[in-house]
Amino acid sequence: MSKFRKKDKGGLPAISTASLPDIVFMLLFFFMVATVMRDSTLMIENRLPSADQVEKLKKDRTIFIYAGKPSDLYKQFGKEPRIQFNDAYITVEDVQSSVIQGINDLNEDLQSRVVIGLKIDKETNAGLVSDIKQELRKANALKVMYIANTKTDKL
Amino acid sequence: MAKRAAPEVNAGSMADIAFLLLIFFLVTTTIEKDKGLLRSLPPIDDTEVEPPIIRQKNLFTVNINRNNQLLVEEKEIPISELRQAAIDFLDNGGGTNPEGESCDYCKGKRLEDSSDHPDKAIISMKHDRETTYEKYIDVQNELVAAYNFLREREAERLYKKYYPNADKVFTAMLEEKEKNQFSKDEVLNERIETVKLLFPMKLSEAEPEK
Repeated sequence: MSKFRKKDKGGLPAISTASLPDIVFMLLFFFMVATVMRDSTLMIENRLPSADQVEKLKKDRTIFIYAGKPSDLYKQFGKEPRIQFNDAYITVEDVQSSVIQGINDLNEDLQSRVVIGLKIDKETNAGLVSDIKQELRKANALKVMYIANTKTDKL
Repeated sequence: MAKRAAPEVNAGSMADIAFLLLIFFLVTTTIEKDKGLLRSLPPIDDTEVEPPIIRQKNLFTVNINRNNQLLVEEKEIPISELRQAAIDFLDNGGGTNPEGESCDYCKGKRLEDSSDHPDKAIISMKHDRETTYEKYIDVQNELVAAYNFLREREAERLYKKYYPNADKVFTAMLEEKEKNQFSKDEVLNERIETVKLLFPMKLSEAEPEK
């Protein structure tokens, strides 16, 4: 009996898992490099409109302004659409100073090519948007990008 | 005493630690690519210059009211027809530009009561304060699409030979510019500018009334 058992022992050798950490580390580094942490928490509802004539955005020279109704967590601020910059609600009058400050925080050689990314909820009134644009003109930040989702072609 | 080799550290749990970190980064990663419509605002101009007189036929008015209805050239039309209407207007070429040249690349109907030349054609957009932003973007999108359509057509006419395999020549040119952003290609830039100048984007927005 024992003769047969001895033969069984020479089965497949265990697969070496020594290189497993290397593979995992490789993936880990990829995701660490590719990760962009969200830099501001949204305090508003933000469902973007969609468009099909979109261009790509250069993130390094962009300042984001958000607008929309306060989200469920911030109900105490009412139902009127609000403007958000970084992590706080601002009023229309504050847009100009906030944007100028944002521009000053940018890399120096990008300051002249700044783009304002407007992430605005699609239910917002266009009047608020034109107020923001008026303030941007005062701040002399004239390039705006209306951030939108890419619309799939309806054929 | 003989030198004793240091005992080997057990690396078996390394994979576990790495997996833990990997999963954390997998979950927190959002590879987002924002896209949107790029527009330029007019600078604030305080100088009191008398605005140039623009003839009615060179002006394409688009109004959106508070109920999101669209009024184009005094007629109510659905948004699906806006793009073609704008293309027809821009491409009309019924007269001459300020330099007195007629538009030899326009393929429009050359109507008397529509725009003279793409150089002169202005699209004027006005919206109510209570128009929704979604509708506003829809209209902007259609108008930009009209310009892009015409620029695409001209790019194809002029530069198709350099991009025989490209489906959309103007898009291909812009993509190439994007790719070579660190080595400036003067010829390419000049070509893009040429196409843009054939149909300059003159899209003005009036401030909504309070």
